[in-house]
This record gives sequence, structure tokens and C-alpha cells, in this order.
Amino acid sequence: MSPAIRIEQVSKRFGSVQALDRVGLEINQGEFFGLLGPNGAGKTTLISALAGLVRADSGRLRVMDKDVQADYRAARRQLGVVPQELVFDPFFSVRESLQIQSGYFGIVDNDAWIDEILENLGLTSKAGANMRMLSGGMKRRVLVAQALVHRPPVIVLDEPTAGVDVELRQTLWAFIRRLNEAGHTIVLTTHYLEEAEMLCNRIAMLKAGRIVALDTTSNLLRRFSSHSLRLRIDRSLPDDLRAAATESGGWWSLPFDAFDEVETLLARVRAAGCGITELEIGKPDLEEVFVRVMQGSPSGQD
Amino acid sequence: MRGGFSTLLYKEVLRFWKVAAQTVAAPVLTALLYLLIFSHVLEGHVKIHGIAYTAFLIPGLVIMSVLQNAFANSSSSLIQSKVTGNIVFVLLPPISYLEFFAAYVLAAVVRGCVVGGGVLLATLWFAPLGFAEPWWILIFAVLGGAILGSLGVIAGIWAEKFDQLAAFQNFLIMPLTFLSGVFYSVHSLPPFWQQLSHWNPVFYMIDGFRHGFFGVSDASPWLSLAVVAACFAILTVFTLNLLKSGYKLRA
Repeated sequence: MSPAIRIEQVSKRFGSVQALDRVGLEINQGEFFGLLGPNGAGKTTLISALAGLVRADSGRLRVMDKDVQADYRAARRQLGVVPQELVFDPFFSVRESLQIQSGYFGIVDNDAWIDEILENLGLTSKAGANMRMLSGGMKRRVLVAQALVHRPPVIVLDEPTAGVDVELRQTLWAFIRRLNEAGHTIVLTTHYLEEAEMLCNRIAMLKAGRIVALDTTSNLLRRFSSHSLRLRIDRSLPDDLRAAATESGGWWSLPFDAFDEVETLLARVRAAGCGITELEIGKPDLEEVFVRVMQGSPSGQD
Repeated sequence: MRGGFSTLLYKEVLRFWKVAAQTVAAPVLTALLYLLIFSHVLEGHVKIHGIAYTAFLIPGLVIMSVLQNAFANSSSSLIQSKVTGNIVFVLLPPISYLEFFAAYVLAAVVRGCVVGGGVLLATLWFAPLGFAEPWWILIFAVLGGAILGSLGVIAGIWAEKFDQLAAFQNFLIMPLTFLSGVFYSVHSLPPFWQQLSHWNPVFYMIDGFRHGFFGVSDASPWLSLAVVAACFAILTVFTLNLLKSGYKLRA
């Protein structure tokens, strides 16, 4: 089975900015893949190159084994892109927009599928409304719908939940998850790291146009983050524990790898005569991974 | 070519039709005002090629409306899509640059001809018009509209802001269409300007178009056809190369 996306040595320069620097990446069919990085890291440029909106200076990009330049028609049929900007055509209704978008892909009679998408995105009651009349969240849903009219096997969502309310986020993720379960490959960029942690089975982190980490979500969490015992105590932590601990806002945080270490840590705290007033166990989180990868050297790639 | 091209053409026609008061009725009214004013002033004083002035003026106003509105259609659609960002909706699908060009230009021709037809209907009552050689009418309306439609594609892609497009329109398209024999025969001009007019391709569009009504014109309609067809061919090659290169559309 060919990978859903194959990116080989792709570079792109805008003036003095190296937006992408020899990026290589393979995403398998059926993956839920996260593309993370700070603003300006090259996420959108990479997606744009994949979609043919930007032409790479060098390297090759393939979607479902179709080259995005040489075989652009086939490649674009395989790909559905939800752009980051909240764009819409003010001349048309929701349904018209979707019918027109279908037509661009050569699909003439698409109303059954359009109805299904509208239903799944909670847009049915807005089908006849002009795009101008919709709220931001509703426009965002229409953008998702437009990306899906041609049933693309690979769906790319560029920060789909930026500035979106909780209800839409949940509706959207439930729908995208169903699509993923039905076999669609999903590529997601987001600034909400808990979303990426929850949804993505594999993650690439970009920094200044380079991939600085690429692994399964669980491996990244294991490698760059750990569990921690978080305590509020009535006096200062003994020196031997303090070496490994961090303190913020009155909470001491003691990292550990395995749960049976908790007992030992607690025993040492008690032995030092500290009274524990509050206690919680912190789980590894992607935010910590992200911060550490972004601060660190680009050695996470494997 | 069912698919991308026909849908894009349909969308472009629907786009202007949905705001027909602004895109069709308004230019028809403008042309009607020109007719009322100029015919009031000049009717009975001026005859050109033995034709009464109002009758002479009507085809000029019709083709001028065709040209200006063809340009306005493709250029304003593209700049709006670029500024609002919804141009991605046509860049993401598998639409070739040839289909893109053909759809925008053809929609411009449709808009031009709808407005031109409207002007003709609205002004028909003011003077008796012959339709001496109707094929020329159709040929020059379509080719003229296609040329200005292509120019509109170029301007719409080149311009990044509305005022840049307005400059293109006000300083190039308007003078070209106004100073090309809409309101007068170039034979009435001083020799220098007469010579200059013969280097203006828009003159041939108007002259050839008018020939279709009266069977007489400043230049031979065949010469006009050759000039206009050559212009269209050059513009087509240029615009297609521009689109192929991805200039300002695909970075």
C-alpha cells in the first residue's frame, strides 16, 4: 500500500525566508497525523505545497502516489483541504457553494452526499442561507464541507478549530474521527496541543522549516515528558528531593517514570517531616514535549 | 469539457447575474444617458458616412458597453476572489489553466453581450438601425469581449488592491474605449490623431462592429477582423503563459 502522503526533500524559499528546508515525511493511509509547530514554522507552506497552492523550489510531493505537479489533476482529487483563513464566496448560499465545489471536481449530481455532509456538520438548517449571513463558526463548518464534496481519501485541516466554540469543536472532531475510522487519512495542524494529543496517532513537529521531531504520539510523550507527583506541603522540600523537583505557585513537581516510584517519593517527603496538604499526579503532556522539542536541538527526528 | 470548465463558467455567469442591477442594468442606463445627451446635442447637425448621428452612435455605445463590461467581469471577479481569499476554491480543484482561462473569458463575453444586448434594446427606439451584415456584429462583439475579458484576467491577476485595478480601468481601458470612434468617425480627426487611431486595436473592434449595422466603415471589416483576431491570439498566448507560470496565484 502506497503512503497517503510522501514528501521528499522539499524546500521552499520566500525571499530571505527559508520556509521549508529539505522536509521529508511519509504519512500512511488511515493515519490521524498531527503537524505541529509555532507560527511561521512552515506548516501552512507545507500544506500549500501539497495542495498545489505553492510550488516547491525542489523536492517532490505525492498524494496517494500522484505527483502534485506532474499529475496534479489526480493528486488534487485525492486531497481535501480545509484552509486556515475563514474564506467564503458572498454571492452564494451554502448549498450552491457545495454544488459549485462539486462541479469543479467534475461531480454533477452530488446532492445525496452534500445532504449527508450538511447533516453531519449540523448545517442542514442553513443549507439555503447566504454565506454572508452565517456566523464565523458556521462558515468554518462550510469550509470543512467544501473540502469533503469530492470524498477525498486524504483530508488536510489547517487549524480548523482556531477561534471556534466548544460545541463546534466537538461536532467537528466527532465527524473527522468517523471519517478516519472509515479509512480517510487525516492531517491536522493545530495550536491546541491537547487536541493533537487526543486525536493524532503520530506527530511531526516543525521549526523554521525543518522537521525537528517525528514519532508516534505515545513515544513523543514518553521521550520528552514524564509523569510527575505534584504536591503542596507545609514546609520546604528537603534538599535531596529538591534537586530533581520544580516549584511553581506553591506546587512542587517531582518527575517519575513508573508508578511504583510514587510510594518511595512520598515516604521520603514524610521522612523529612513535611505535611502534605494537597496531592495530584500529573500526566505527561504534549505541551511539555512541544516546549522541550522547540527549545532543544533538532535531534528528535528518527 | 464537462466538469471544471463548465462549472466555473456557470459560477462566473451566476455571480454577475445575481447582482444584475449593478452589473447589467446600471451600464445599460449609463449608455442610455450618453445617447440622450449626445443625440440631443448633435442630431441634425452631424452625419457620418451619410448616417444620422443617433443611428451612428448606437452601435458605438453597444460595443463600448460590451468591451467595458467584459473587462469589468473577469477583472472584478478575480480581484474580489483574491482579496477575500476565496480564490482557493478554484485553485484547489483539478482545473487546468486552460479551463480557468476559457471559463473567465467566456463569462466575460457573456456579460459583455448581455449588457450590449440590453443597450441595443434600450436604444433601438431612438433611431432606425439596419442590420446590414449581422455576422460582423456577432463576430466583433464576441472577439472584442474576449479580448477585454482576457485583459481583465491579466489585470485581475496582476492587481493586488482594488485601487490598482481601478487605475488599470481608468487610465487604460476607459481612454482606449472612449477614444476609438464610439462617438465619432476617426476620419473626422486631424491627420495625426487619425494615424494614431489606426494603431489602436479597439478602433477596429468598434469599426468592424459598426460595419455589421451599416455595411460601411472607416476600415475594411476584413482588416478589422485580422487585427482583432491577431490581438486575441497574442493575448491568449500571453494570458495562458501567465496562468501556467502561476504568477501571483500559485506562489
